[in-house]
Amino acid sequence: MLMYLHIHCAFLRRLASSRTHLNHAERTSLNFRLRFPIAAIALAGSALPAFASVLPEDRTDFLYHRYDGGGVTIDGPSILVRKSVGKSLSLSANYYVDMVSSASIDVITTASPYTEERTQYSVAGDYLRGNTTISAGYTSSVESDFDANTYHLAVSQDMFGQLTTLTMSYSYGDDTVGKSDDPNFIRDNTRQHYGIGITQILTRNMIAALNIEVITDEGFLNNPYRSVRFLDANLGQGYDFEKELYPRTRTSNAFGIRTKYFLPYRAALEAQYRYFADTWDIESHTASLTYIHPWRDFTFTAKYRYHDQTGAHFFRDIFSRSEATNFRGRDKELSPLSSQTIKLGVAYEFLSDGWSFIDKGTVNLSVDYLTVDYDEFRDISTGAVLGDEPLYQLEASVIQLFFSFWY
Amino acid sequence: MIKRQYLKVLLLILAGTSLSGCSSIEPWVKPYERDRLADPIMFLDMNPVSSAYIYHVYEAREGARGGEGTAGGGCGCN
Repeated sequence: MLMYLHIHCAFLRRLASSRTHLNHAERTSLNFRLRFPIAAIALAGSALPAFASVLPEDRTDFLYHRYDGGGVTIDGPSILVRKSVGKSLSLSANYYVDMVSSASIDVITTASPYTEERTQYSVAGDYLRGNTTISAGYTSSVESDFDANTYHLAVSQDMFGQLTTLTMSYSYGDDTVGKSDDPNFIRDNTRQHYGIGITQILTRNMIAALNIEVITDEGFLNNPYRSVRFLDANLGQGYDFEKELYPRTRTSNAFGIRTKYFLPYRAALEAQYRYFADTWDIESHTASLTYIHPWRDFTFTAKYRYHDQTGAHFFRDIFSRSEATNFRGRDKELSPLSSQTIKLGVAYEFLSDGWSFIDKGTVNLSVDYLTVDYDEFRDISTGAVLGDEPLYQLEASVIQLFFSFWY
Repeated sequence: MIKRQYLKVLLLILAGTSLSGCSSIEPWVKPYERDRLADPIMFLDMNPVSSAYIYHVYEAREGARGGEGTAGGGCGCN
């Protein structure tokens, strides 16, 4: 399919855990899986205006992020530097850290609180030739028991009088999974992303983007620490735990569409929808609405996002017996759930007239308030008798404070 | 089944571009009419470092992944 896209027309030829600190004997699931080389997205030049064959803007961002909820605190910096070299090449680098302190529901029920740190480095380049941008990048993520390397390639082509941008992307990742209490435990994962995106100017006030992303995983996909529970009448509490076991492959498909509209006064409204389905039988719908309102040197943002998903076919809150099914998991993120997020943000622009080599700067503060309602995953930390445990609910806040400079 | 649905969508897109893409298309929004689209508030991703982070949070808290941001990008989710 990608090959066909390359050749089908002349203009295309111009183309672009809950990991626990383990009870020493047992770690459980990593509640906040921090293993995503996310910066490849940030480095992809996506802040471009949708209609020009130009390189991404030269800018530097200093971000402090903090997630706090469900007994988990994760914070750290993210620094992104982008600079063009000549007229056709833009280079970028990102340094990102997650410092984790976890006493999540998984941790407190089957293991002990832990701290962890993940460090991620990314480098990328964008090369512009005519209406074509070719991007390549590499990301490395390191934890004490998990390493991930991701290689990324994308080609973008502006066409139809630069009303349309077609982007095709591919990335390959390989992970090495370890286990802190077993130095001989080493497992591998491979991961491939295929993406096609079209950004389209619809009117002088409206743009839209359509994205299709297919991701395949193969290897050791479950968490080496997490456990599932099963009925056991021999125990006083009525259940026991055993290790989870996932399928060794997963393929997911995501179809997303977003549109942004310039309102009659200077403000913008953005609507977004995504449909997701995978071979583990998770199906989800995600929708959001964002309003952006500038006022003097300030820009205010308000966003509401809703997500609803079915659970993986091998998820159970409790299994009928030990090894009841071929595959088994109790990761609450793979259970049926719905989540809502409200975001409020404000940005203030300073140095608007420039200073030294800096053209302008902004300081941004945003808070996301996230709630998750689980349909089947129960809170067994309450001490309630088997069958009477309440469904688990999560509330979390996400704070971002960052400075940006353009030059 | 799902793959077939996506395949159909892709084929429709390709068919559309095949039928129309090789002839010259007159841009219906002229370059001088794009001042509003050039406003930073109309960028699809105003702050890439911030949006990459928040998508990372969503992917850690939910079972779905991909398709929300702009095209491309790596995500080593497992």
